[in-house]
Amino acid sequence: MLLITCPYCGPRAESEFSCGGEAHIARPLDTDALTDAQWGDYLFMRKNPKGVHREQWNHAAGCRRWFNAERHTVSYVFSRFYKAGENPDPANANGALP
Amino acid sequence: MSPYRIATSGARIDRSRPLSFRYNGRSYTGFQGDTLASALLAAGERVLSRSWKYHRPRGIVTSGIEEPSALVQVETGSHLIPNAKMPEVELYEGMHAEGVNPWPNALNRLLSINRNFTPLFPAGFYYKTFMWPAKAWMFYERLIRKAGGLGASPAVEDADRYVHQNVHCDVLIAGGGIAGLAAALAAGRSGARVIISELQGTLGGSAHRLSGQIDGLSASEWVAEAQAALAAMPEVRIIRRGVVFGYHDHNFLTIREALTDHLPLAQRQGFRERLWRVRANQVILATGAHERPLVFGNNDLPGVMLSSAMADYVQLYGVLVAKRIVLLTSNDTAYADALILQRAGAQVTVVDVRADQKIASGYAKTARDAGVEVLRGYVPLQADGSAVVRSITVQQQKGDWASGDKRTLAADAVGMSGGWNPAIHLFSHAGGKARWNDALVCFVRGAPVPNQHSVGACNATLTLAGTLAEASLAGATAATRAGFAASEASYRVVEPDSEAVAAFWIAETGEKVSRRAKAFVDYQNDVGAADIELAIREGFESIEHIKRYTAMGFGTDQGKLGNINGMALAARAMKKPIDQVGTTTFRPNYVPISFGLFAGLERGELFDPVRKTSPHAQHVQAGAPFEDVGQWKRPWYFPRPGEDMHAAVNREVLAVRKGVGIMDASTLGKIDIQGPDAAKLLNWLYTNPWLKLEVGKARYGLMLDENGMVFDDGVTVRLAEQRFLMTTTTGGAARVLGWMERWVQTEWPDMQVYMTTVTDQWSTFAVAGPQSRAVVEKLCKDVDLSAAAFPFMSYREGTVADVKTRIMRISFSGELCFEINVPSNAGAHVWGALMAAGQEFGITPYGTEAMHVLRGEKGYIIVGQDTDGSITPHDLGMGGMVSKTKDFLGRRSLSRSHTAGGNRKQLVGLLTDDPRIVLPEGGQLTALAQIARPSVAAPVPMIGHVTSSYWSPTLNRSIAMAVVRDGQQKMGQKIYAALSDGRHVAATIASAVFYDPQGQHHHD
Repeated sequence: MLLITCPYCGPRAESEFSCGGEAHIARPLDTDALTDAQWGDYLFMRKNPKGVHREQWNHAAGCRRWFNAERHTVSYVFSRFYKAGENPDPANANGALP
Repeated sequence: MSPYRIATSGARIDRSRPLSFRYNGRSYTGFQGDTLASALLAAGERVLSRSWKYHRPRGIVTSGIEEPSALVQVETGSHLIPNAKMPEVELYEGMHAEGVNPWPNALNRLLSINRNFTPLFPAGFYYKTFMWPAKAWMFYERLIRKAGGLGASPAVEDADRYVHQNVHCDVLIAGGGIAGLAAALAAGRSGARVIISELQGTLGGSAHRLSGQIDGLSASEWVAEAQAALAAMPEVRIIRRGVVFGYHDHNFLTIREALTDHLPLAQRQGFRERLWRVRANQVILATGAHERPLVFGNNDLPGVMLSSAMADYVQLYGVLVAKRIVLLTSNDTAYADALILQRAGAQVTVVDVRADQKIASGYAKTARDAGVEVLRGYVPLQADGSAVVRSITVQQQKGDWASGDKRTLAADAVGMSGGWNPAIHLFSHAGGKARWNDALVCFVRGAPVPNQHSVGACNATLTLAGTLAEASLAGATAATRAGFAASEASYRVVEPDSEAVAAFWIAETGEKVSRRAKAFVDYQNDVGAADIELAIREGFESIEHIKRYTAMGFGTDQGKLGNINGMALAARAMKKPIDQVGTTTFRPNYVPISFGLFAGLERGELFDPVRKTSPHAQHVQAGAPFEDVGQWKRPWYFPRPGEDMHAAVNREVLAVRKGVGIMDASTLGKIDIQGPDAAKLLNWLYTNPWLKLEVGKARYGLMLDENGMVFDDGVTVRLAEQRFLMTTTTGGAARVLGWMERWVQTEWPDMQVYMTTVTDQWSTFAVAGPQSRAVVEKLCKDVDLSAAAFPFMSYREGTVADVKTRIMRISFSGELCFEINVPSNAGAHVWGALMAAGQEFGITPYGTEAMHVLRGEKGYIIVGQDTDGSITPHDLGMGGMVSKTKDFLGRRSLSRSHTAGGNRKQLVGLLTDDPRIVLPEGGQLTALAQIARPSVAAPVPMIGHVTSSYWSPTLNRSIAMAVVRDGQQKMGQKIYAALSDGRHVAATIASAVFYDPQGQHHHD
């Protein structure tokens, strides 16, 4: 049972949350400009790293807010929690890990 | 008194409180403080069960939770505890216990045949023999399970109750032995919140077997002092009979605290067990170690036990199992055990596989000086005896080979000490990896997970001095990391020097293991050394495969006793080092846990919340059976006396079509959406346009996921310029709200829009049918209900039965309908008022079944029934609802090649040729009138399936909705439903709108 720190409520048990998968995937603005393959990438293609992963979490049984977390997929250690819309490393424009 | 009870020891028993109990129908006595195992050993019982495959006699092997053989059913009926291990069953007055596979029993003659033909039952025997023909396995399995194995599961509901408790602490210590206590003292003195959980009823672990001294006290005296000191610390909680059975992520641990199992049935009150759910800042593992048995011929004879268990029975229960004892060992602890047994009055010989004859110091010298006979450099070959052990044959080791002097020693009990396996189970649960250590001859923990410490025997530290030092340091470190000022204590320890343990797995005599007397590795599953060799000969190399093929470690002791011996023997057979054979991963739970503990109070009525609508009591009174929709209870139909469901539904449907009906639709999801961007949000969510919807108007919408598939639908009303009321399907309400929140919070944070669920706040009643206006008019004087003033798909606010009401002219039945929405507090009142007002018109309450038929006659879809996550609006024939001028969620997917291409399943209606046949929902559809002989090679080509199917009383015939490949191009064509009885029922593909295709009625 992970211990997850909601940026709004503080540390809570995993059972209060639902995971939304990879974070920092922006919905394309002009979907008509995309090929089927590009749209398919947006829809389906996700990172599956062995290592640090940035993902969305929802405090579903709490404040219902969505936020982001950076988690190591092997050790399950969370290295940070941050609000949706925040960019954890400004050097990287879209917030996604390389 | 029993000749096996001795007067001088027995720390746990109270000789002034004798207990009587029954075992296998016979009466016995024991003492308060006994376990079932110690009481039966004191009574002289040695043969307590027979093994499951070979039906060999078996006795008590251990004094703890790793017991493989002495299994018992405690009590019966609703208090039955199946497959309890005798050493963990605390005795109480009046206990009734039945052995699992007791000896002797009715199976004796029938199955002892297995003993005489043991070569016929090698590893994998069941796989090889009974797996063909496959069907017969069901038959064999029943017989095999009955013949051998485990006790029966309870047949009736558990009478006991269980409770959960959540708790946070600074330091959780698993294990209340010397290591755990020393850690608790160091952490507790700092004021940290400490929980120390000990699986036994008393603290101290192995202290009673230790011969050293701590600060001038014996280990047991020190334990008593430590216990008193901890009891005086207000922030320290000691949980006795509490086993930490799971260690999960981020220091979340689960403890089973047994509360009543040690009490007579009549004295039990409250909960049987408590599940502690602990989130600990720091965890200290002080779980000790399990002694390894030794592998030699007939090592399963009753009377062959762990050396430490023999000492435990003396020290804790005052039970000496025999007068002539031989202890076989590869390490030091057996010498301390020998001293205990000798002091209790036994004649003890220690046979040590370690050859060094110079016993100038250490445990061996202490024992020899005290008169214990010590034989060094001898290895065990074989025990003998008929039903119990009578002798043990040992042979001198010459180099790597057992080839020297061979001796047979008379013994009424044989103790085994093959070294100690650190109990790294919890460490492993937490994700830690075990490593083999050649010097210590055991698996030890690898790198710890964060905020975790291992101390004492579970950390492979076996000396008293080492244990106290590292435990005290860990306790202080843990408390410090949790934010307290802590420091470790130092202890003056006197103990004998220790000698290194030797690696000994089986005597190397040159003779094949399979030719020797059976030497067991896993007693409970009857896995012998030869079985492991056989598995390897048959090509299994991974230890995980070997375990599964032989069933080693799959018993109720979960391999705690025998798995390491098994791995070592596998390594020996493969001529590989042990660390290359593999490691072992322990998973929760550490001991078997009852389902009741996990369920806790969430059982029966409390298993899941029940949601009831405001007029629920009126529905109950009307005699309606209820349908569960999610957590909601919805009236299914309202039978009149003598009516079956079919008759009631037909009557309800016709009442709506010809007169007036009323349905409780309060369970529909309702979401209040407010803000300047509310319309913009709806425009993204729904396929049709929303920006220009007028205030007071309602609109139906389809919601798609980004893959273009329909996932919810419903009507939304514009209450005000910046306020909408959305309705969703009953089951989809939470999902839709979550969907909206997600988009707004993550993708469009600039949108000024807020939404909240108001499902519970509003009761909704659909008054439907040609007479509905007349009914509502009687109760509503402030709204002009005429079709001209209040047209279809619009909304008014007014007063119904003196209650402020939102009225919507929407229809899910295809008839004129007023949907009355009132605050839920007034729901029961308004339902009663509508029923009373409608009486003169014959108002008929109708349930979900009639609702389904009514909407089926109209071809209205139900998302989740007529759609399944692979259906687009176009597939539903609702392409007209898809805007071509705006983007919305899922839109781009509608033009993907697969979604936009042909050969998709499309929604159509079906009319069976024989109007009396109602097709089964889910029935498969084919273009073929009949299949001569379908086969696996040539399966029937299916082109669709029935999604909804009803008897329509309005049309007096059956109707169905179905999804059919390219169905919209197949109107008028024949299709066949393949029924499970082999018939193919012919039907014609038609429009799904069977009734009033022009929509005259609901516009009215």
